[in-house]
Amino acid sequence: MDQPEKNPTIDKVNRGLKRRYRAERRFRILGATAILTALCFLFLLFFSIVSSGYKAFEKTFIQIEVFFDPAEFTNENLAAANFPGLIKASMNSMFPEVTSRKDKKDLYYLISPGASFQLMKQVKNNPALIGQKELIWVAANDDVDMLLKGNIDRTRPESERRISDKQLGWLDTLAHDGKIKKTFNTAFFTSGDSREPELAGIWGATCGSFYTLLITLSLSFPIGVAAAVYLEEFAPKNRWTDIIEVNINNLAAVPSIVYGLLGLAVFINFFGMPRSTPLVGGLVLTLMTLPIIIIASRASLKSVPPSIREAALGIGASKMQMVAHHVLPLALPGMLTGTIIGMAHALGETAPLLMVGMVAFIVDIPHGFTDPATVLPVQIYLWADSPERAFVAKTSAAIMVLLAFLFLMNAAAVLLRKRFEIKW
Amino acid sequence: MSGKEEILSEVTTKALHKERETVGSPFVENPRMTCREVNVYYGDKKAINNVNIDIARNEVIAMIGPSGCGKSTFLRCLNRMNDTIEGCRVTGDLRLDGMDIHDKNVDVVPLRARVGMVFQKPNPFPKSIFDNVAYGPKIHGLAQNKAELDEIVERSLKKAGLWDEVKDRLTQPGTGLSGGQQQRLCIARAIAVSPEVILMDEPCSALDPIATARIEELIAELRQHYSIVIVTHSMQQAARVSQRTAYFHLGDLIEVGMTDRVFTNPRHQLTEDYITGRFG
Ligand SMILES: Nc1ncnc2c1ncn2[C@@H]1O[C@H](COP(=O)(O)OP(=O)(O)OP(=O)(O)O)[C@@H](O)[C@H]1O
Ligand SMILES: [Mg+2]
Repeated sequence: MDQPEKNPTIDKVNRGLKRRYRAERRFRILGATAILTALCFLFLLFFSIVSSGYKAFEKTFIQIEVFFDPAEFTNENLAAANFPGLIKASMNSMFPEVTSRKDKKDLYYLISPGASFQLMKQVKNNPALIGQKELIWVAANDDVDMLLKGNIDRTRPESERRISDKQLGWLDTLAHDGKIKKTFNTAFFTSGDSREPELAGIWGATCGSFYTLLITLSLSFPIGVAAAVYLEEFAPKNRWTDIIEVNINNLAAVPSIVYGLLGLAVFINFFGMPRSTPLVGGLVLTLMTLPIIIIASRASLKSVPPSIREAALGIGASKMQMVAHHVLPLALPGMLTGTIIGMAHALGETAPLLMVGMVAFIVDIPHGFTDPATVLPVQIYLWADSPERAFVAKTSAAIMVLLAFLFLMNAAAVLLRKRFEIKW
Repeated sequence: MSGKEEILSEVTTKALHKERETVGSPFVENPRMTCREVNVYYGDKKAINNVNIDIARNEVIAMIGPSGCGKSTFLRCLNRMNDTIEGCRVTGDLRLDGMDIHDKNVDVVPLRARVGMVFQKPNPFPKSIFDNVAYGPKIHGLAQNKAELDEIVERSLKKAGLWDEVKDRLTQPGTGLSGGQQQRLCIARAIAVSPEVILMDEPCSALDPIATARIEELIAELRQHYSIVIVTHSMQQAARVSQRTAYFHLGDLIEVGMTDRVFTNPRHQLTEDYITGRFG
């Protein structure tokens, strides 16, 4: 039997094989490590946010007994009625032994200053309460809240904590009588900002963000897509379009605060639009996201195979029909991806909004595009800057709300993309 | 041949190189399309050099020649698809039924409805089979109602020999068909708008012999109503389907004549080299 002839190439291939596989293994390990590291950091981030923020979702209430005296409380002059007095009277009746002025002040301190508004609202909504004796849960002061959540250390000397020994005693009595409870903090999700941590809520900023992003989306998506389609499909390729292309790429890299200054100068000073409003904020963010959307849209238009364009033109579709019927549907998923990246940027943007006054302290929930408002990241910034201990948890909770907002937005985009995706 | 035709057929047009003059019979009587002194440039590069040819009514004319000689480029002049290529410039006089198609005022939309095109690579839209065929009639407003549209789609698919294979799956995506079926779908799409001329750029290059035979049968049938210009690399195919054959070489139109004559008795040395396999 004769020996089959040796193939010299296969020897060379075999020699190099080990090295090739080693390189592949190395790359795989590198990739896996990178992903693992990223996951670790992500986990750390979520852990730190959730662990410091979850407490803000609970709130402490104190039960008081109030009598809405028909002589004092009438439907007509509710606003002028003495609700704070009502609370004081209730506290006095619970702790008759407290007599000195200073002690009384300390006692009243346990109840949130917002409690009288709560009572007023309740009576307003339910006039039948007038003339009744009622047991009502009202919000406790933020220091009480902190104490019950373990953020104030009882064992430290009295001078080093914000709750005195006497107040501790009263609270213990209340707790013993079952007049203190912690429940889910609905107010956090329904009210606007406040100087009092126990009253401050995220809803105002959420609405602000919503209105601002609505303006941003409804302007930047159509304008961005139209600009991309024009540049990619209709514009002649010459020096001018090259210059425009370069400048769009430059704009995408401009620091966002510059857009804020531009917005301040153009929209507020020149056009006289109201400051601190979602309208102006949305316009500024539109300027900021437009380049991102245009660049992403152009890339996804470029990736539509030319054979589809030829097919459409070949049977006599006009250019507009070719774009609208064939190119756009294929490019839309990519455009949506670009848009969602731009919107996520816009959602997290703070600096340019500071320049147009959206950093103002705003208590009311905005109900439109021209109501003064703030947005979630600015609210986080404001709370992170506040001295009260209770705002620490609020800050983290607000970050969670911001992230939830982001997830919702992304989920909507994914759903939309699924809807428009065309199977080949 | 009558005397007049004789004269017409013996006309040789002036060309830059003496040895690259078009020989044979590029002109016919009562042509569908006429092309005179057509030059095409890609930027500074000349891809088609002074081509003169007529396309007759109800004929299949095959364009052959080595790769890169400009067959596709010339084909694309006939319905102005070259407009879509950046930097491509066409000069000369091209007429469809006497109408100058490269005139500035000519609208390419109706022109492309009259001169349809089938591309080398099947390119169905990523839509349903029905929508693929119905798209042309829809945008041109050829159907008054759904029933008419259904009828056009059915007729086109039948003509393209695809109806029996797809009649139960008209709503499925056209991209899910096999390569040969896709190409026939593209043909159905092109004939759905009832063009006068159909340009086919190597329609069978990706198909097996059975699908090829089907498309050749189809071409023979379509010839009853349309003029067909077909680019092909297969000389057997050219011999089977066409009445006339045009041979291109490096941008020049070398020889045009009746297909059997060109293949049995080429007059130009380059043509002979090509069809005998000495070149390309
Ligand atoms: N878009 C383009 N830009 C620049 N040059 C081009 C372009 N398309 C074709 N050409 C050139 O024009 C010449 C003719 O090309 P064309 O595609 O018409 O050849 P062809 O005869 O169809 O070849 P094949 O048989 O391989 O399809 C070639 O030299 C080619 O390089
Ligand atoms: Mg070609």
